[in-house]
Amino acid sequence: MPRQHFDRHLQSLLDQVLILGSMVDQAMTKAIDALKRQDHAAARRIYEHDLRVNEMRYALEDECITVIATQQPMARDVRFLAAILEIITELERIGDYAKGISKINILLGEVPVEPSILLDLQEMAVLGLGMLKRALDAFIAGDAEGARAIALEDDAVDALYLQVYRKVMALSLADPSGIEHFNHLMWAAHNLERMADRITNICERIVYVATGEMKELDTSDDEMRNHG
Amino acid sequence: MVNTDSNSKFALQATNLNLYYAAFRAVKDVNLSIERQKVTAIIGPSGCGKSTVLRSFNRMNELVPTARIEGEVHFLGQNIYDRQVDPVEVRRRIGMVFQKPNPFTKSIYENVAWGARLNGFKSGLGNPSMDEWVEHCLRKAALWDEVNDKLGQSGLSLSGGQQQRLCIARALAVSPEVILMDEPASALDPIATLKIEELMRELAEEYTIIVVTHNMQQAARVSDFTAFFSMDRDRAGYLVEYGPTNQIFTRPHNKQTEDYVTGRFG
Repeated sequence: MPRQHFDRHLQSLLDQVLILGSMVDQAMTKAIDALKRQDHAAARRIYEHDLRVNEMRYALEDECITVIATQQPMARDVRFLAAILEIITELERIGDYAKGISKINILLGEVPVEPSILLDLQEMAVLGLGMLKRALDAFIAGDAEGARAIALEDDAVDALYLQVYRKVMALSLADPSGIEHFNHLMWAAHNLERMADRITNICERIVYVATGEMKELDTSDDEMRNHG
Repeated sequence: MVNTDSNSKFALQATNLNLYYAAFRAVKDVNLSIERQKVTAIIGPSGCGKSTVLRSFNRMNELVPTARIEGEVHFLGQNIYDRQVDPVEVRRRIGMVFQKPNPFTKSIYENVAWGARLNGFKSGLGNPSMDEWVEHCLRKAALWDEVNDKLGQSGLSLSGGQQQRLCIARALAVSPEVILMDEPASALDPIATLKIEELMRELAEEYTIIVVTHNMQQAARVSDFTAFFSMDRDRAGYLVEYGPTNQIFTRPHNKQTEDYVTGRFG
């Protein structure tokens, strides 16, 4: 192994990606928790926390570019670095969704949230964050099969999204004066649905690093059908 | 060398090629097809037979007394090792540029004109004059602008990078179809190296280029196809993997290639 210095650099990048992953995981967990309690102070803290997520993402991007420029990575190494550039972007976006949910929390004000929708949102977050955790494990292990399986779980999140959509429609029809409130809930669900899509993208990168194959992972995701 | 198939997709095709120096088998069982008007890079660790394979492509290996070949090398459809084939004609059509620039101790002009004259270059009757031909070759080698006011000076008065481009101009003067380059930039500084690499890309529009290089980044930068050679326990070189350069450097199929291009080997 004549490239120990380079290998240490790659390992350090991987460690930092995992830290970034854990930061956005925590942000989303706290955002949902704050929404459940309609805790606006906690929601504001998530806003501030997102600045650190963004800073770390840019620092990592900078470090990746430096490694590419100075070490001339090839084959799996270059795929790994290219994947990190994508994955940190996806993680930062997930951080933005946590921020989006915090913003909705504040916009909802003191109006109580329909408990069954709150449960659906929580369930979406639990499923999505489970996917994220296992996707990062698969990234460490270079596990293409695991990544493909995780991407399939997106369907369950989409199903819950559709369920929230139907509830929001029904509630809006029953009480048109609450349309803005219900619309906010729909946006919260949308943020969670997008989070799972981002994790699917991360899974695509894991498959790419492991196999060199760059293609979209098939889920039965069909948003036209869901909204049709 | 008359019955060559000018429509062939491949300029050179090595079939079951084995190369020996006395009893030592230096290269074993190579099957490799080189596409026309492309740059093909041959990479691999020291001693894997890269240069030996390259030299077998224009029968230059025959100049080593103990060298022996088994198998065939087809040039546009014809086996260059067939008995009736003239090795001098092979070397005219498949030229070579070496690691160390080796201009003749003649003027810049004569370095180009000499080979052309020796190979029966005739001016007039629709052909260019010798002056025009020398200019043409020096332009093709991206050297004309730097030497046009001193064509009478010795080729050895030029810088290393210029000397190497002069050698390329000299190779072009006999109208080859293939140019073999054995580490053509390894003795040059980075700027001169980039000039040679640019030149290879330009030449590939008209010629087939095969380049042996130790410099993997160079192979990645200039070539369309890459052949990776390694050697077995008996130190016989063999072809491990051959493919489009972007595939070899981003997703090689073979673990040995992966280890070599990522620098985890050797």
